[in-house]
Amino acid sequence: MFTLKQLKPTRFGFGEGLKSLGEKNPSVVALGADITSSVSVNFFKEAFPDRFFSFGIAEQNIMGVAAGLALGGKIPFASTYGVFSALRATDQVRISICYNDLPVKIGGAHAGISVGPDGATHQALEDIAIMRALPNMTVLSPCDATQTKLATIASVEQVNGPAYIRFGREAVPDFTTEDLPFEVGKGQLLKEGKDITIVATGHLVWEALQAAYMLDKQNINVRVINIHTIKPIDKEIIIQAAKETGLIVTAEEHQIYGGLGSAVAEVLVKEHPVKVKMIGMNDQFGESGKPEELMQKYGLTSAHIADEINKLIKQKK
Amino acid sequence: MPETNTIEELKKISLEIRKDVTRSLAEAGSGHLGGSLGLADIFTCLYFNILNHNPEKPDWDERDRLILSIGHVAPVFYSALAHSGYFKRSELMTLRKLGSRLQGHPGKEHGLPGIELSAGSLGQGLSVAVGLALSGKMDQETWNVFSIHGDGELQEGAIWEAAMSASHHQLNNLVALIDRNYVQIDGKNSDVMEIEPLKAKFESFGWKVMACNGHDHKDIITTYQKAINWKKGPVAIIAKTHMGKGVKSIEDDYGWHGKPPKPEQVDAFIKELEQNQ
Repeated sequence: MFTLKQLKPTRFGFGEGLKSLGEKNPSVVALGADITSSVSVNFFKEAFPDRFFSFGIAEQNIMGVAAGLALGGKIPFASTYGVFSALRATDQVRISICYNDLPVKIGGAHAGISVGPDGATHQALEDIAIMRALPNMTVLSPCDATQTKLATIASVEQVNGPAYIRFGREAVPDFTTEDLPFEVGKGQLLKEGKDITIVATGHLVWEALQAAYMLDKQNINVRVINIHTIKPIDKEIIIQAAKETGLIVTAEEHQIYGGLGSAVAEVLVKEHPVKVKMIGMNDQFGESGKPEELMQKYGLTSAHIADEINKLIKQKK
Repeated sequence: MPETNTIEELKKISLEIRKDVTRSLAEAGSGHLGGSLGLADIFTCLYFNILNHNPEKPDWDERDRLILSIGHVAPVFYSALAHSGYFKRSELMTLRKLGSRLQGHPGKEHGLPGIELSAGSLGQGLSVAVGLALSGKMDQETWNVFSIHGDGELQEGAIWEAAMSASHHQLNNLVALIDRNYVQIDGKNSDVMEIEPLKAKFESFGWKVMACNGHDHKDIITTYQKAINWKKGPVAIIAKTHMGKGVKSIEDDYGWHGKPPKPEQVDAFIKELEQNQ
């Protein structure tokens, strides 16, 4: 059983991972987009000032510059809010980075509605859909701060080409340890179960676990899988869950179109069709509010996940 | 290393490049003739005088880097590469065909030697050139980055983001050439979207601006040499050219931006090229 160690923003895990990479690999460089501290790139900047370059509020340029640095043999990290890195500069990411298959690592910060009071403009909810549609791109969406550190390191040590690393702003439960190995492309079975499976990503993995622990008490045995790599997705773990539990619920802080739910459904419709319930943003923009208020309003808490599972189990019987 | 060529030799190479551009586009049945003919003299000077490069070793570490931002003029780029010896000239006739290494816009993954960057979506190449130049400076490399842009391309906002950053980071190993032919697909730049005052724009973004006649080999080479020796920051060369240069009947006609010659026009065009060299 996973227990809460602390509350910690996943962006801090990104900053720690990037700094750790800087210590190990002299080719790693980082670019600033005016929100350097906000996306925790200041950890790297302070440790390696000669390998940090400020490029201001110009995301399209930053992605192209990162491609150029990679052509020169560097491993650049281009990090800003996900709404900008994945959406504002998509064409640069597509052509200059992905078509050239360059080792640019893109930080997608402030993912999801848990950004809170800043509101819809700054809440990245379509970034997974867009990034995973690009050939050559690896898409990572770790579940807590500790795993975000490992994912950031893995984006260089396990991925030769471009990678998008998604993380959030708010402090969220930190529950994994660095002993839990991070293998790009491998889903993690966090809890066994035979009645239904929750496939979750990002900090909704914690909510999924809490829902599963609650349902255990009602004798509903829920499996929980953490998909920290949206692309390439771990087909086997998903197909096995569909075969063994027959019902799948996906949970993500992202639009239900094009994100984790779609990725899981794409696997199952081809390999082992079962009913899939997708929990996420229902084709809508977020709004201002406290993160917990928004998670509540848009149905992304453990209680909501448990409710949906109860409904599905009733239908199953 | 570049060979030393006399101006007369360079002119002959430019003519051959123009002929290959014309033939390969007619064979392809689609593509961009106007800009490719317009840039033939500049590409000749680059590949036969300015650039440090080695067609035998396309990945030679010390080579100068050429970033072609306007990928649609691929025919003149490919022709210059073939004439330099990167691959056989006969391969030029596979342009734009299924399975060819000569993609409609340069695509490295298809394996053609001599391509630094797969590109063609306008407005991206200057950013990549900035990143590459920054990488070179970090490592105290001696090579330079030469990027090639269209004048219409300067309407892309990202170009100016990149321009701002090149001077901010004092990239004195970057020379961007603007193919100033005054036209684009919809018509004259000044009708579509005015880009003047161009010199003042680049200067206000912190660049040194130089000008040359993009069809005068001596002027092109002298200007590039001055640009390379300018060590205070990035340099923009505004090279005045004529779209479709060499074929009088199509010169400066923006209708020829994205059109290939018809097969029955090839002989007449080549005759004109030979007469007008």
